[in-house]
Amino acid sequence: MGLGIGAAAGISGLAVADRIARRYGLIPPDHSGLYGPGETLTYAAHRLLTRHSMAREFSWSAISNPPFANGAAPKDPAFLRLQAGGFADWRLQVDGMAAHPVSFSLGDLKSLPMRSQITQLQCEEGWSFIAEWIGVPLSDVLETAGILPQAKFVVYQSLQEGVWDSVDMTDALHPQTLVTYGMNGGELPVGNGGPLRLRVPRQLGYKSVKYLTRLTVTDDITKFGKGRGSAASEEGYAWYAGM
Amino acid sequence: MADSALAAPITSAERTTQRARHAAMVRVTHWVAALCFFGLLVTGLEIVVSHPRFYWGETGNDLTKPLFQIPIPASRQLVPTAYDYVLPDENGWSRALHFQSAWAVVITGLAYVLFGLLTGHFRRNLLPHRADVSGGALRAAIADHLRFKRPGEAEAWSYNVLQRLSYLLVVFVVFPVMIWTGLAMSPAVVSAFPGLVTTLGGQQSARTIHFFLTWILVLFVVVHVMMICLAGFRRRTRAMITGRVAAEGERG
Repeated sequence: MGLGIGAAAGISGLAVADRIARRYGLIPPDHSGLYGPGETLTYAAHRLLTRHSMAREFSWSAISNPPFANGAAPKDPAFLRLQAGGFADWRLQVDGMAAHPVSFSLGDLKSLPMRSQITQLQCEEGWSFIAEWIGVPLSDVLETAGILPQAKFVVYQSLQEGVWDSVDMTDALHPQTLVTYGMNGGELPVGNGGPLRLRVPRQLGYKSVKYLTRLTVTDDITKFGKGRGSAASEEGYAWYAGM
Repeated sequence: MADSALAAPITSAERTTQRARHAAMVRVTHWVAALCFFGLLVTGLEIVVSHPRFYWGETGNDLTKPLFQIPIPASRQLVPTAYDYVLPDENGWSRALHFQSAWAVVITGLAYVLFGLLTGHFRRNLLPHRADVSGGALRAAIADHLRFKRPGEAEAWSYNVLQRLSYLLVVFVVFPVMIWTGLAMSPAVVSAFPGLVTTLGGQQSARTIHFFLTWILVLFVVVHVMMICLAGFRRRTRAMITGRVAAEGERG
């Protein structure tokens, strides 16, 4: 009897929760499948509790020394050609739901207001390091391109084949989400994603995609790849990595 | 008349041999939690394999001196281990199952704690009697356990003092600290609640504590199952499934 009432309350509670979740954007692109309930609970809880919170920032003395790079430079001929030219021809294309799609050179990005932050990069594997990240807020880049109010996600692509990801507008417009071109007072090293990397400090390292070449603003994430929001989530990794 | 005269002894016999032991809520939450713990343990160990090094403080990576390193091969190329091969990377589903099990066990745990507080289950069944926690009584209980003395019949109906203390410790200390250290590893959660991680001395400290508490819980489960075997595995397990205890001699 008690269990029956509990089950009925649970089912009607779930139906109400589903309607609220859809209205307030609490459903992640990878909400389907065996682990969909867990992913959805995490994303919804984080969006309710951490929407405007700021990632922890550290002092200069906390910066990891020596700096840590977890990957070698891409061996892609296209990358090597750009590198040989000092990345003078590197472009960041912004398209999709933008009033005026643009293509930025590194110089163009550096002429926008610079921001820096000392934050931790935390890998899903378990290691971490702290560095100063220098760049331009993604929100400024998007504003320059004139994103439309219907925008729901920003899809970002790497020069590396098959590497792409996306964030919702909460993270895209968050003041600490930076298009970074510098680190620890200098250029962004190639091993850390130079010349251009998106930093999403409130999520795990794999959301901070290296060798950034393209941003696409969209209101329909299902049109990209298999519709789960990122290449990583097609391999079983959570789309939302605030953890 | 004849019928009821015949029926009466049977029902009263049933009552004496089949008595209520565990509430439905205790049984359901027990088995859900057991299943979740198994899922969390397996996936947690799998995640550790991707970086079997542990640190203290805020940060740690391949260039940092570890607090300690588990002597196993890793599932990632870069990690410096003594082995020249790399294990397959299974972190995708492991992480998904880890967090889904964590949600399930937290929701189950909250339901159990609410039930325990509202019904007096903790006060009646888990809070030790004052006489039992006096030095002498506690020493005697520990000595009995260390000698693997088979528990008496009374313990089929009620928890002994060491059971009570260890269950309370797991429910109100180890489990909450496990959730706390887990949340302290989340960059988004600590952006809203930085105190969760600063009080622990950093995100890597949280990871290390989370790892050690895993072994405390494993030790608890091992001793728990050992004691059940000592007390009569089938009878105790049946009580936790059906909620009823068969009287002695009825052991099946």
